[in-house]
Amino acid sequence: MTSVAAPPRRRRTGLRAVPKVIWFFLLIPAAVEVGMVFWPAVNSFYLSLTEWNGLGAAQPVGLDNFKNLFSDEIFRGALWNNVIWAVGFGGLSVVGGLALAVALNRPRRGVGLYRSAIYLPMVFSLAVTGLFWRVQYQPDGTINTLLGAIGLESVERQWLADPDTALYAVLIAAVWRQVGYVMVLYLAGLKSTDPTLDDASAVDGAGAWQRFRFVTWPQLRGVNTVVFAVTVIDSLRTFDIVWAMTQGGPYHSSELLSTYMFQQGFTFLNLGYASAIAVVIFVLALIFIITYLVRATKEEIA
Amino acid sequence: MSTATLKRRRGWVFHAVMAPLTLLWVAPMVFVVVLAFRSFDDIAANGTAAWPVSFGLEGFREALGRGTMGRALWTSVQVTVPAVILSLLLASWAAYALARFNIPGRRAILLTMLAGNLLPPQILLIPVSRVMESLGIYDTLFALVTIHVGFGLGFYTFVLHGFMRSIPGELTEAARIDGAGPVQIYARIIMPLCRPSLAALGALATTWIFNDLIWAITVLRTEAKLPVTAALLNLQGGYVSNWNVVAAASVIAAVPTAIVFFAFQRHFVSGLLMGSNK
Repeated sequence: MTSVAAPPRRRRTGLRAVPKVIWFFLLIPAAVEVGMVFWPAVNSFYLSLTEWNGLGAAQPVGLDNFKNLFSDEIFRGALWNNVIWAVGFGGLSVVGGLALAVALNRPRRGVGLYRSAIYLPMVFSLAVTGLFWRVQYQPDGTINTLLGAIGLESVERQWLADPDTALYAVLIAAVWRQVGYVMVLYLAGLKSTDPTLDDASAVDGAGAWQRFRFVTWPQLRGVNTVVFAVTVIDSLRTFDIVWAMTQGGPYHSSELLSTYMFQQGFTFLNLGYASAIAVVIFVLALIFIITYLVRATKEEIA
Repeated sequence: MSTATLKRRRGWVFHAVMAPLTLLWVAPMVFVVVLAFRSFDDIAANGTAAWPVSFGLEGFREALGRGTMGRALWTSVQVTVPAVILSLLLASWAAYALARFNIPGRRAILLTMLAGNLLPPQILLIPVSRVMESLGIYDTLFALVTIHVGFGLGFYTFVLHGFMRSIPGELTEAARIDGAGPVQIYARIIMPLCRPSLAALGALATTWIFNDLIWAITVLRTEAKLPVTAALLNLQGGYVSNWNVVAAASVIAAVPTAIVFFAFQRHFVSGLLMGSNK
């Protein structure tokens, strides 16, 4: 009786009692992650309530760091830049990535080549990407030369040295790298949509845009959530490319929260103040981390 | 008009849009590669955007030698190889334990580990450099390997866990009845079956770790110990107007990951998809 009933039940959960050695399998990696991630994260919260230059003991100052943050012009500028960054970086890479995914979805001659070319920048580090584009943005670089060649000399400028354009110049470089990644995510999403629905609505006379808007797009909801969460988390983390191209300058015009935090922490050794900025970054990222985790949990159950 | 000609015409439009767009996409890379092979005199006389009239390896020689990119490449190998292997090994242990055994709160543990990987690194930087100091390993490559392993573990564990859950229980059950212990089942059955996801994660982890900047400048201080990405930024400061050297150095920093990409293109793409919308 039990021998008949047991196997299906075990197959459903598929889990066994825990032998001792398995605890080591779990505890060793868990200990590494606790020591390198969770313990430091908790420490940052504590440090954000102190004033500390790294020597001696940290002086508790309550919420002073946070109060100072909100009257700090540079911080507010960086926060605003981060909003511009999240919207611009997210918006452009999603629109570009989605458009390319739709264009390159169906197999035909040349598609593989186009796809590879577009996601190739993905494999370069953000620092390399930054340098690639620094070269283009030079006063005598390709961008100004091209503008000159088509008679737009008046638009030419020192893109990275001009406070009005520095942030956007860096943003373009970051989008160039990100579009391929978003395209890959959407290509996978499109693969899991039902092609018969698309064909059926084509037979019913729906145009290409209508088919996309009312048939394909609703089926991409899951991918959208992931792309959205990933992009915002990435925007809040963005550091390397700004560091490589402008270091937040000129005059903090391309400063993001992450670069400002790094300067405060590692250049000026205002460790408490820098930790407070880090806590702000964390709080802003939290809701998107939760979105991602909820999605991950759903997959886990499915 | 027959559907065949209509199709052909659509195909023509498709290529007319995509081919120039693709060229535009790769143009910055091509331009940097060309720049890297030009001579300093050519660039100084004609500007960076001019048609090349020189060809030489001067930029690469300078970047690899005095520009320290050669040494930095070797440093990056010394960091990336052990960090990737250790990350995947430890992650496979945790994933095996969580996927195949009845550990209390296993789902919560898994998601907590994944959450750790999603944290913005900024919240860890200052305490991590302090932890490394107190362990006496600050400014060593060992510290850099350690933080890469610790920070990446959650994601690798999550992905491998998903894959291990999908391995049918009958496979391990048969081995267990034949007297294989949990470690043997892990080594002889589970790990060999995980090879595709390990390859994908390996390709992904290699590019992530090789491309890292922020951890390197957080736990290392000595310039001579910096890996490729950090060394590249230092070099940029030292060769402000030597664009051929800067271009050559960025090509040197880009080539290893490009090789990984072309060698493991399929793994790489499936790696990108893991944990997002598999």
